[in-house]
Amino acid sequence: MKYRTVFDIIGPVMIGPSSSHTAGAARIGKVARTLFGEVPDKADLYFYGSFAKTYKGHGTDVAVIGGLLDYNTNDERIRDAYRYAKEAAMDVSIHEEGAIDHHPNTAKIKLYKGNREFELVGVSIGGGKIEIIELNGFELRLSGNHPAILVVHQDRYGVIAAVSNLLAKYQMNIGHMEVSRKEKGEQALMVIEVDQNVDEFLVQSLSELPHILHVSKIHD
Amino acid sequence: MFRNVSELLELTEKHNKPISEIMIEQEIDVTGRSREEIIAKMQLNLKTMEEAVKRGIEEDVVSVSGLTGGDGKKLAHYLKYGNPIGGDTTLLAVANAMATNEVNAAMGIICATPTAGSAGVVPGVLFGVEHKLKPTEEQKLAFLFTSGAFGFVVANNASISGAAGGCQAEVGSATGMAAAALVELAGGSPKQSAHAMAIALKNMLGLVCDPVAGLVEVPCVKRNAAGASLAITAADMALAGIESRIPCDEVIEAMYRIGQTLPESLRETGEGGLAATPTGRKLEAAIFGQKAEKIN
Repeated sequence: MKYRTVFDIIGPVMIGPSSSHTAGAARIGKVARTLFGEVPDKADLYFYGSFAKTYKGHGTDVAVIGGLLDYNTNDERIRDAYRYAKEAAMDVSIHEEGAIDHHPNTAKIKLYKGNREFELVGVSIGGGKIEIIELNGFELRLSGNHPAILVVHQDRYGVIAAVSNLLAKYQMNIGHMEVSRKEKGEQALMVIEVDQNVDEFLVQSLSELPHILHVSKIHD
Repeated sequence: MFRNVSELLELTEKHNKPISEIMIEQEIDVTGRSREEIIAKMQLNLKTMEEAVKRGIEEDVVSVSGLTGGDGKKLAHYLKYGNPIGGDTTLLAVANAMATNEVNAAMGIICATPTAGSAGVVPGVLFGVEHKLKPTEEQKLAFLFTSGAFGFVVANNASISGAAGGCQAEVGSATGMAAAALVELAGGSPKQSAHAMAIALKNMLGLVCDPVAGLVEVPCVKRNAAGASLAITAADMALAGIESRIPCDEVIEAMYRIGQTLPESLRETGEGGLAATPTGRKLEAAIFGQKAEKIN
Protein backbone atom coordinates (compact mmCIF):
# COMPACT_ATOMS: atom_id res chain seq x y z
CA MET A 1 0.00 0.00 0.00
CA LYS A 2 1.70 3.14 -1.25
CA TYR A 3 -0.85 5.48 0.30
CA ARG A 4 -1.56 5.07 4.01
CA THR A 5 -3.52 8.10 5.11
CA VAL A 6 -6.62 9.93 3.92
CA PHE A 7 -4.58 13.14 3.89
CA ASP A 8 -2.53 11.80 0.98
CA ILE A 9 -5.82 11.97 -0.94
CA ILE A 10 -7.58 15.00 0.60
CA GLY A 11 -4.55 17.26 0.80
CA PRO A 12 -1.99 18.67 0.86
CA VAL A 13 -2.96 22.31 1.22
CA MET A 14 -0.59 23.77 -1.32
CA ILE A 15 0.39 26.49 -3.75
CA GLY A 16 -0.81 25.50 -7.25
CA PRO A 17 -0.73 24.45 -9.94
CA SER A 18 0.28 20.75 -9.68
CA SER A 19 0.34 18.34 -6.75
CA SER A 20 2.94 16.12 -8.40
CA HIS A 21 5.00 18.81 -10.14
CA THR A 22 4.70 21.58 -7.52
CA ALA A 23 3.80 20.15 -4.08
CA GLY A 24 5.65 16.84 -4.57
CA ALA A 25 8.63 18.72 -5.97
CA ALA A 26 8.67 21.06 -2.96
CA ARG A 27 8.62 18.04 -0.64
CA ILE A 28 11.56 16.40 -2.43
CA GLY A 29 13.47 19.67 -2.06
CA LYS A 30 12.58 19.89 1.61
CA VAL A 31 13.73 16.34 2.38
CA ALA A 32 17.03 17.15 0.64
CA ARG A 33 17.36 20.30 2.72
CA THR A 34 16.54 18.47 5.97
CA LEU A 35 19.11 15.77 5.29
CA PHE A 36 21.74 18.25 4.13
CA GLY A 37 21.03 20.32 7.24
CA GLU A 38 21.79 23.80 5.90
CA VAL A 39 21.41 26.09 2.90
CA PRO A 40 23.88 24.89 0.24
CA ASP A 41 26.19 27.26 -1.66
CA LYS A 42 25.23 25.53 -4.86
CA ALA A 43 22.37 23.29 -6.00
CA ASP A 44 22.27 21.31 -9.25
CA LEU A 45 18.76 20.15 -10.09
CA TYR A 46 18.33 17.41 -12.72
CA PHE A 47 14.78 16.88 -14.03
CA TYR A 48 13.68 13.68 -15.79
CA GLY A 49 10.60 12.61 -17.77
CA SER A 50 7.56 14.82 -17.37
CA PHE A 51 9.49 16.98 -14.87
CA ALA A 52 12.00 17.83 -17.63
CA LYS A 53 9.33 18.58 -20.19
CA THR A 54 6.91 20.66 -18.16
CA TYR A 55 8.78 22.07 -15.17
CA LYS A 56 8.43 25.69 -16.23
CA GLY A 57 4.66 25.53 -16.57
CA HIS A 58 4.25 23.70 -13.28
CA GLY A 59 6.70 25.73 -11.23
CA THR A 60 8.65 22.54 -10.46
CA ASP A 61 11.89 24.53 -10.36
CA VAL A 62 10.63 27.15 -7.89
CA ALA A 63 9.00 24.40 -5.81
CA VAL A 64 12.23 22.41 -5.41
CA ILE A 65 14.16 25.60 -4.68
CA GLY A 66 11.48 26.55 -2.11
CA GLY A 67 11.92 23.13 -0.51
CA LEU A 68 15.68 23.64 -0.39
CA LEU A 69 14.95 26.90 1.45
CA ASP A 70 12.91 24.84 3.96
CA TYR A 71 9.47 26.09 2.79
CA ASN A 72 6.33 23.97 3.13
CA THR A 73 4.03 23.16 0.16
CA ASN A 74 1.65 26.00 1.12
CA ASP A 75 4.31 28.71 1.51
CA GLU A 76 3.55 31.60 -0.84
CA ARG A 77 7.27 32.46 -1.04
CA ILE A 78 7.58 29.48 -3.43
CA ARG A 79 6.38 31.76 -6.24
CA ASP A 80 9.48 33.98 -5.82
CA ALA A 81 11.89 31.21 -4.83
CA TYR A 82 14.60 32.34 -7.30
CA ARG A 83 14.73 35.72 -5.58
CA TYR A 84 14.88 34.16 -2.09
CA ALA A 85 17.57 31.73 -3.26
CA LYS A 86 19.64 34.67 -4.40
CA GLU A 87 19.14 36.40 -1.05
CA ALA A 88 20.25 33.19 0.69
CA ALA A 89 23.35 33.07 -1.59
CA MET A 90 22.31 29.72 -3.05
CA ASP A 91 23.42 29.29 -6.65
CA VAL A 92 20.94 27.12 -8.61
CA SER A 93 21.36 25.37 -11.99
CA ILE A 94 18.61 23.43 -13.76
CA HIS A 95 19.47 20.48 -16.02
CA GLU A 96 16.87 18.94 -18.35
CA GLU A 97 17.48 15.21 -18.70
CA GLY A 98 15.78 12.49 -20.77
CA ALA A 99 13.24 9.88 -19.76
CA ILE A 100 13.83 7.49 -16.88
CA ASP A 101 12.40 3.98 -16.51
CA HIS A 102 10.75 3.67 -13.11
CA HIS A 103 8.62 6.83 -12.97
CA PRO A 104 8.05 9.87 -15.13
CA ASN A 105 8.35 12.52 -12.39
CA THR A 106 11.89 12.24 -11.10
CA ALA A 107 14.38 14.78 -9.78
CA LYS A 108 18.01 14.39 -8.81
CA ILE A 109 19.34 17.02 -6.45
CA LYS A 110 23.04 17.65 -5.92
CA LEU A 111 24.01 20.02 -3.13
CA TYR A 112 27.39 21.54 -2.33
CA LYS A 113 28.74 23.53 0.60
CA GLY A 114 32.48 24.00 1.14
CA ASN A 115 33.89 20.50 0.52
CA ARG A 116 30.55 18.79 1.39
CA GLU A 117 28.69 17.06 -1.43
CA PHE A 118 25.26 15.47 -1.26
CA GLU A 119 23.06 13.68 -3.79
CA LEU A 120 19.44 12.59 -3.59
CA VAL A 121 16.99 11.15 -6.14
CA GLY A 122 13.28 11.66 -5.49
CA VAL A 123 10.15 10.59 -7.35
CA SER A 124 6.81 12.35 -7.17
CA ILE A 125 4.24 9.57 -7.37
CA GLY A 126 1.02 11.61 -7.46
CA GLY A 127 -1.17 13.73 -5.21
CA GLY A 128 1.87 15.38 -3.63
CA LYS A 129 3.26 12.12 -2.30
CA ILE A 130 6.93 11.36 -2.84
CA GLU A 131 9.51 8.62 -2.52
CA ILE A 132 13.24 9.10 -2.05
CA ILE A 133 14.88 6.30 -3.99
CA GLU A 134 18.57 7.14 -3.78
CA LEU A 135 20.74 8.94 -1.26
CA ASN A 136 24.47 9.49 -1.84
CA GLY A 137 24.55 6.40 -4.05
CA PHE A 138 22.57 4.19 -1.64
CA GLU A 139 19.30 2.80 -2.90
CA LEU A 140 16.42 3.23 -0.49
CA ARG A 141 12.71 3.75 -0.16
CA LEU A 142 11.72 6.66 2.00
CA SER A 143 8.38 8.44 1.87
CA GLY A 144 9.29 11.55 3.83
CA ASN A 145 5.83 11.26 5.43
CA HIS A 146 7.00 9.83 8.73
CA PRO A 147 9.72 10.82 11.16
CA ALA A 148 12.80 8.87 10.15
CA ILE A 149 16.39 8.36 11.23
CA LEU A 150 19.11 7.84 8.62
CA VAL A 151 22.33 6.25 9.85
CA VAL A 152 25.45 5.95 7.67
CA HIS A 153 27.73 3.31 9.18
CA GLN A 154 30.50 0.83 8.49
CA ASP A 155 29.17 -2.56 7.43
CA ARG A 156 30.24 -4.45 10.63
CA TYR A 157 28.78 -7.10 12.97
CA GLY A 158 26.47 -5.76 15.66
CA VAL A 159 25.96 -2.24 14.38
CA ILE A 160 22.28 -2.74 13.54
CA ALA A 161 21.70 -4.44 16.92
CA ALA A 162 23.39 -1.57 18.75
CA VAL A 163 21.22 0.99 16.99
CA SER A 164 17.97 -0.89 17.62
CA ASN A 165 18.93 -1.48 21.27
CA LEU A 166 19.44 2.22 21.77
CA LEU A 167 16.07 2.97 20.15
CA ALA A 168 14.42 0.43 22.46
CA LYS A 169 16.05 2.12 25.44
CA TYR A 170 14.48 5.45 24.37
CA GLN A 171 11.15 3.67 23.74
CA MET A 172 11.17 4.48 20.04
CA ASN A 173 9.00 2.07 18.07
CA ILE A 174 10.38 1.12 14.64
CA GLY A 175 7.66 1.22 11.95
CA HIS A 176 9.82 0.33 8.98
CA MET A 177 13.52 -0.35 8.61
CA GLU A 178 15.81 -0.88 5.67
CA VAL A 179 19.53 -1.46 5.32
CA SER A 180 21.45 -1.01 2.10
CA ARG A 181 25.11 -0.97 1.20
CA LYS A 182 27.20 -0.33 -1.85
CA GLU A 183 29.65 -3.18 -1.22
CA LYS A 184 30.12 -5.80 1.51
CA GLY A 185 32.23 -4.50 4.39
CA GLU A 186 32.07 -0.92 3.13
CA GLN A 187 29.69 1.89 4.03
CA ALA A 188 26.05 1.06 4.65
CA LEU A 189 22.89 3.06 5.25
CA MET A 190 20.14 2.30 7.74
CA VAL A 191 16.77 3.96 7.19
CA ILE A 192 14.51 3.71 10.22
CA GLU A 193 10.97 5.08 10.12
CA VAL A 194 9.60 5.67 13.60
CA ASP A 195 6.27 6.74 15.09
CA GLN A 196 7.31 9.79 17.05
CA ASN A 197 9.60 12.72 16.38
CA VAL A 198 13.29 12.22 17.09
CA ASP A 199 15.09 14.54 19.50
CA GLU A 200 18.60 15.89 19.10
CA PHE A 201 19.90 13.97 22.13
CA LEU A 202 19.00 10.63 20.54
CA VAL A 203 20.72 11.62 17.30
CA GLN A 204 23.80 12.55 19.34
CA SER A 205 23.72 9.24 21.26
CA LEU A 206 23.36 7.25 18.04
CA SER A 207 26.29 9.01 16.42
CA GLU A 208 28.52 8.10 19.39
CA LEU A 209 28.00 4.34 18.85
CA PRO A 210 30.95 2.41 17.33
CA HIS A 211 31.26 2.29 13.50
CA ILE A 212 28.63 5.04 13.05
CA LEU A 213 29.72 7.69 10.54
CA HIS A 214 26.76 10.04 10.31
CA VAL A 215 23.22 10.33 11.66
CA SER A 216 20.45 12.58 10.40
CA LYS A 217 16.72 12.77 10.93
CA ILE A 218 13.51 13.75 9.16
CA HIS A 219 10.50 15.00 11.05
CA ASP A 220 6.90 14.40 10.15
CA MET B 1 -7.26 -1.73 6.69
CA PHE B 2 -9.44 -1.86 3.56
CA ARG B 3 -7.58 -2.47 0.33
CA ASN B 4 -10.45 -2.17 -2.10
CA VAL B 5 -14.06 -1.05 -2.36
CA SER B 6 -15.53 -4.48 -1.57
CA GLU B 7 -13.55 -4.66 1.69
CA LEU B 8 -14.69 -1.12 2.49
CA LEU B 9 -18.33 -2.13 1.95
CA GLU B 10 -17.85 -5.23 4.13
CA LEU B 11 -16.57 -3.06 6.96
CA THR B 12 -19.56 -0.72 6.71
CA GLU B 13 -21.90 -3.70 6.95
CA LYS B 14 -20.02 -5.46 9.72
CA HIS B 15 -19.90 -2.38 11.94
CA ASN B 16 -23.09 -0.76 10.64
CA LYS B 17 -21.27 2.54 10.07
CA PRO B 18 -21.06 4.93 7.13
CA ILE B 19 -18.00 4.98 4.87
CA SER B 20 -16.80 8.29 6.34
CA GLU B 21 -16.69 6.76 9.83
CA ILE B 22 -14.76 3.70 8.61
CA MET B 23 -12.24 6.08 7.02
CA ILE B 24 -11.86 8.12 10.22
CA GLU B 25 -11.37 4.98 12.33
CA GLN B 26 -8.77 3.61 9.93
CA GLU B 27 -6.96 6.94 10.04
CA ILE B 28 -6.86 6.83 13.86
CA ASP B 29 -5.55 3.28 13.69
CA VAL B 30 -2.88 3.87 11.04
CA THR B 31 -1.50 7.20 12.25
CA GLY B 32 -1.97 6.81 16.00
CA ARG B 33 -3.43 10.32 16.03
CA SER B 34 -6.53 11.20 18.02
CA ARG B 35 -9.93 11.70 16.42
CA GLU B 36 -9.78 15.39 17.40
CA GLU B 37 -6.44 15.88 15.62
CA ILE B 38 -7.72 14.17 12.48
CA ILE B 39 -10.94 16.17 12.44
CA ALA B 40 -9.00 19.41 13.00
CA LYS B 41 -6.71 18.60 10.07
CA MET B 42 -9.70 17.96 7.81
CA GLN B 43 -11.31 21.21 9.01
CA LEU B 44 -8.25 23.08 7.75
CA ASN B 45 -8.62 21.37 4.36
CA LEU B 46 -12.33 22.26 4.26
CA LYS B 47 -11.57 25.89 5.09
CA THR B 48 -8.92 26.03 2.36
CA MET B 49 -11.44 24.69 -0.17
CA GLU B 50 -14.08 27.19 0.91
CA GLU B 51 -11.67 30.11 0.56
CA ALA B 52 -10.42 28.96 -2.85
CA VAL B 53 -13.98 28.68 -4.21
CA LYS B 54 -14.89 32.09 -2.79
CA ARG B 55 -11.79 33.68 -4.25
CA GLY B 56 -12.36 32.19 -7.70
CA ILE B 57 -16.03 33.21 -7.79
CA GLU B 58 -15.61 36.72 -6.40
CA GLU B 59 -12.20 37.93 -7.56
CA ASP B 60 -10.82 38.39 -11.06
CA VAL B 61 -8.34 35.54 -10.96
CA VAL B 62 -5.87 35.29 -13.84
CA SER B 63 -3.17 32.64 -14.20
CA VAL B 64 0.49 33.56 -14.65
CA SER B 65 0.31 32.56 -18.35
CA GLY B 66 -2.99 34.41 -18.87
CA LEU B 67 -4.59 31.28 -20.35
CA THR B 68 -7.23 30.82 -17.64
CA GLY B 69 -9.24 32.77 -15.08
CA GLY B 70 -12.66 34.31 -14.69
CA ASP B 71 -14.78 31.48 -16.13
CA GLY B 72 -16.05 30.29 -12.74
CA LYS B 73 -17.10 33.84 -11.98
CA LYS B 74 -18.72 34.15 -15.41
CA LEU B 75 -20.83 31.03 -14.91
CA ALA B 76 -21.84 32.07 -11.38
CA HIS B 77 -23.01 35.41 -12.80
CA TYR B 78 -24.95 33.69 -15.60
CA LEU B 79 -26.54 31.40 -13.06
CA LYS B 80 -27.69 34.37 -11.02
CA TYR B 81 -28.80 36.76 -13.76
CA GLY B 82 -29.21 34.62 -16.89
CA ASN B 83 -31.72 31.95 -17.78
CA PRO B 84 -29.74 28.74 -17.33
CA ILE B 85 -31.02 25.56 -18.93
CA GLY B 86 -29.31 23.08 -16.59
CA GLY B 87 -30.14 22.65 -12.91
CA ASP B 88 -28.97 25.28 -10.41
CA THR B 89 -27.18 22.76 -8.19
CA THR B 90 -25.20 21.28 -11.04
CA LEU B 91 -24.27 24.63 -12.56
CA LEU B 92 -23.19 26.03 -9.22
CA ALA B 93 -21.02 22.93 -8.67
CA VAL B 94 -19.50 23.49 -12.11
CA ALA B 95 -18.83 27.18 -11.39
CA ASN B 96 -17.19 26.29 -8.06
CA ALA B 97 -15.05 23.59 -9.63
CA MET B 98 -13.75 25.96 -12.31
CA ALA B 99 -13.18 28.72 -9.76
CA THR B 100 -11.01 26.41 -7.64
CA ASN B 101 -8.92 25.33 -10.60
CA GLU B 102 -8.50 28.89 -11.76
CA VAL B 103 -7.13 29.80 -8.33
CA ASN B 104 -4.83 26.79 -8.59
CA ALA B 105 -3.55 27.88 -12.01
CA ALA B 106 -2.87 31.33 -10.58
CA MET B 107 -0.52 29.65 -8.04
CA GLY B 108 -3.03 30.36 -5.28
CA ILE B 109 -3.61 28.15 -2.23
CA ILE B 110 -5.83 25.11 -2.76
CA CYS B 111 -6.32 21.67 -1.24
CA ALA B 112 -5.41 18.79 -3.57
CA THR B 113 -8.34 16.33 -3.99
CA PRO B 114 -6.74 13.99 -4.96
CA THR B 115 -4.40 16.20 -7.00
CA ALA B 116 -4.13 19.93 -7.68
CA GLY B 117 -5.14 19.53 -11.33
CA SER B 118 -8.36 17.85 -10.19
CA ALA B 119 -8.85 19.98 -7.07
CA GLY B 120 -12.09 21.56 -8.29
CA VAL B 121 -14.43 18.58 -8.47
CA VAL B 122 -14.81 17.53 -4.81
CA PRO B 123 -15.22 21.02 -3.29
CA GLY B 124 -17.18 22.15 -6.36
CA VAL B 125 -19.80 19.49 -5.76
CA LEU B 126 -19.83 19.94 -1.96
CA PHE B 127 -20.42 23.70 -2.09
CA GLY B 128 -22.69 23.32 -5.11
CA VAL B 129 -25.19 21.17 -3.22
CA GLU B 130 -24.92 23.18 -0.01
CA HIS B 131 -28.05 25.29 -0.57
CA LYS B 132 -30.07 22.19 -1.43
CA LEU B 133 -28.92 19.62 1.16
CA LYS B 134 -27.91 22.10 3.88
CA PRO B 135 -25.15 19.96 5.39
CA THR B 136 -23.83 20.62 8.89
CA GLU B 137 -20.07 21.10 9.29
CA GLU B 138 -19.83 17.52 10.50
CA GLN B 139 -21.54 16.31 7.33
CA LYS B 140 -19.22 18.41 5.18
CA LEU B 141 -16.24 16.80 6.88
CA ALA B 142 -17.85 13.36 6.40
CA PHE B 143 -18.16 14.19 2.69
CA LEU B 144 -14.39 14.73 2.55
CA PHE B 145 -13.60 11.52 4.47
CA THR B 146 -15.85 9.49 2.15
CA SER B 147 -14.24 11.11 -0.90
CA GLY B 148 -10.90 10.27 0.65
CA ALA B 149 -11.86 6.63 1.23
CA PHE B 150 -12.60 6.08 -2.47
CA GLY B 151 -9.55 8.07 -3.56
CA PHE B 152 -7.47 5.97 -1.19
CA VAL B 153 -8.59 2.79 -2.93
CA VAL B 154 -7.90 4.24 -6.40
CA ALA B 155 -4.46 5.54 -5.39
CA ASN B 156 -3.44 2.15 -3.98
CA ASN B 157 -4.89 -0.03 -6.75
CA ALA B 158 -4.54 2.20 -9.80
CA SER B 159 -3.10 5.72 -9.88
CA ILE B 160 -4.00 9.32 -9.17
CA SER B 161 -1.15 10.71 -11.27
CA GLY B 162 -1.78 12.18 -14.71
CA ALA B 163 1.81 11.42 -15.64
CA ALA B 164 1.24 7.76 -14.81
CA GLY B 165 -2.43 7.24 -15.78
CA GLY B 166 -3.75 10.23 -17.75
CA CYS B 167 -6.57 12.59 -16.76
CA GLN B 168 -8.87 9.64 -15.99
CA ALA B 169 -6.59 9.05 -12.96
CA GLU B 170 -6.97 12.66 -11.80
CA VAL B 171 -10.32 14.22 -12.80
CA GLY B 172 -11.74 10.71 -13.30
CA SER B 173 -10.84 9.69 -9.74
CA ALA B 174 -12.05 13.02 -8.32
CA THR B 175 -15.39 12.62 -10.11
CA GLY B 176 -15.91 9.14 -8.69
CA MET B 177 -14.91 10.31 -5.20
CA ALA B 178 -17.34 13.25 -5.29
CA ALA B 179 -20.18 11.08 -6.65
CA ALA B 180 -19.71 8.50 -3.88
CA ALA B 181 -19.51 11.15 -1.15
CA LEU B 182 -22.59 12.92 -2.47
CA VAL B 183 -24.59 9.70 -2.22
CA GLU B 184 -23.69 9.39 1.47
CA LEU B 185 -24.51 13.06 2.10
CA ALA B 186 -27.90 12.65 0.42
CA GLY B 187 -28.71 9.64 2.62
CA GLY B 188 -27.85 6.81 0.22
CA SER B 189 -26.28 3.50 1.25
CA PRO B 190 -22.57 2.58 1.05
CA LYS B 191 -23.42 0.23 -1.84
CA GLN B 192 -25.05 3.10 -3.70
CA SER B 193 -21.90 5.16 -3.10
CA ALA B 194 -19.85 2.42 -4.74
CA HIS B 195 -22.22 2.31 -7.72
CA ALA B 196 -22.04 6.09 -8.07
CA MET B 197 -18.23 5.91 -8.05
CA ALA B 198 -18.29 3.14 -10.67
CA ILE B 199 -20.79 4.95 -12.91
CA ALA B 200 -18.80 8.20 -12.73
CA LEU B 201 -15.40 6.61 -13.33
CA LYS B 202 -16.69 4.48 -16.23
CA ASN B 203 -17.57 7.68 -18.04
CA MET B 204 -14.08 9.09 -17.52
CA LEU B 205 -12.16 6.01 -18.74
CA GLY B 206 -9.60 6.75 -21.41
CA LEU B 207 -9.45 10.46 -20.69
CA VAL B 208 -5.96 11.61 -21.64
CA CYS B 209 -3.73 14.19 -19.96
CA ASP B 210 -2.76 16.63 -22.72
CA PRO B 211 -2.22 20.06 -21.14
CA VAL B 212 -1.43 22.92 -23.48
CA ALA B 213 2.11 24.17 -22.89
CA GLY B 214 2.32 21.60 -20.10
CA LEU B 215 0.31 23.93 -17.87
CA VAL B 216 -2.44 22.80 -15.49
CA GLU B 217 -4.92 25.10 -17.26
CA VAL B 218 -6.17 24.08 -20.70
CA PRO B 219 -8.15 21.80 -20.69
CA CYS B 220 -7.89 21.05 -16.94
CA VAL B 221 -10.23 23.81 -15.73
CA LYS B 222 -13.05 22.72 -18.04
CA ARG B 223 -12.48 19.04 -17.34
CA ASN B 224 -13.07 19.81 -13.67
CA ALA B 225 -16.32 21.44 -14.78
CA ALA B 226 -17.34 18.25 -16.58
CA GLY B 227 -16.29 16.16 -13.58
CA ALA B 228 -18.46 18.16 -11.16
CA SER B 229 -21.47 17.87 -13.44
CA LEU B 230 -20.96 14.14 -14.03
CA ALA B 231 -20.50 13.48 -10.30
CA ILE B 232 -23.96 14.88 -9.55
CA THR B 233 -25.53 12.92 -12.40
CA ALA B 234 -23.87 9.67 -11.28
CA ALA B 235 -24.96 10.25 -7.65
CA ASP B 236 -28.57 10.84 -8.74
CA MET B 237 -28.49 7.71 -10.88
CA ALA B 238 -27.21 5.61 -7.97
CA LEU B 239 -29.76 7.15 -5.59
CA ALA B 240 -32.48 6.23 -8.10
CA GLY B 241 -31.39 2.61 -7.67
CA ILE B 242 -29.39 2.28 -10.89
CA GLU B 243 -26.46 -0.12 -10.50
CA SER B 244 -23.19 -0.42 -12.35
CA ARG B 245 -23.00 -3.78 -14.13
CA ILE B 246 -19.23 -3.76 -13.71
CA PRO B 247 -18.30 -3.72 -9.99
CA CYS B 248 -16.48 -0.63 -8.73
CA ASP B 249 -13.19 -2.44 -8.06
CA GLU B 250 -13.13 -3.80 -11.61
CA VAL B 251 -13.76 -0.34 -13.06
CA ILE B 252 -10.79 0.94 -11.04
CA GLU B 253 -8.69 -1.97 -12.33
CA ALA B 254 -9.75 -1.17 -15.90
CA MET B 255 -8.74 2.46 -15.38
CA TYR B 256 -5.31 1.32 -14.22
CA ARG B 257 -4.78 -0.92 -17.25
CA ILE B 258 -5.95 1.78 -19.65
CA GLY B 259 -3.52 4.21 -18.02
CA GLN B 260 -0.65 1.79 -18.54
CA THR B 261 -1.40 1.50 -22.23
CA LEU B 262 -1.68 5.24 -22.87
CA PRO B 263 1.24 6.55 -24.92
CA GLU B 264 3.65 8.87 -23.09
CA SER B 265 2.55 11.77 -25.31
CA LEU B 266 -0.86 11.61 -23.61
CA ARG B 267 0.41 11.39 -20.03
CA GLU B 268 1.12 14.94 -18.87
CA THR B 269 4.06 15.58 -21.18
CA GLY B 270 2.35 18.37 -23.14
CA GLU B 271 3.27 16.57 -26.37
CA GLY B 272 0.02 15.08 -27.66
CA GLY B 273 -3.72 15.68 -27.90
CA LEU B 274 -4.86 19.27 -27.38
CA ALA B 275 -1.30 20.34 -26.59
CA ALA B 276 -0.22 19.29 -30.09
CA THR B 277 -3.00 21.12 -31.96
CA PRO B 278 -1.96 24.16 -34.04
CA THR B 279 -3.56 26.49 -31.50
CA GLY B 280 -2.07 24.56 -28.59
CA ARG B 281 1.39 24.94 -30.12
CA LYS B 282 0.79 28.62 -30.88
CA LEU B 283 -0.23 29.30 -27.27
CA GLU B 284 2.80 27.41 -26.04
CA ALA B 285 5.13 29.46 -28.24
CA ALA B 286 3.48 32.69 -27.12
CA ILE B 287 3.93 31.76 -23.45
CA PHE B 288 7.43 30.34 -23.49
CA GLY B 289 8.83 31.94 -26.64
CA GLN B 290 12.02 30.40 -27.92
CA LYS B 291 12.48 28.25 -24.84
CA ALA B 292 9.47 26.10 -25.72
CA GLU B 293 11.45 24.56 -28.56
CA LYS B 294 14.12 23.47 -26.13
CA ILE B 295 11.71 21.90 -23.64
CA ASN B 296 9.88 19.91 -26.23
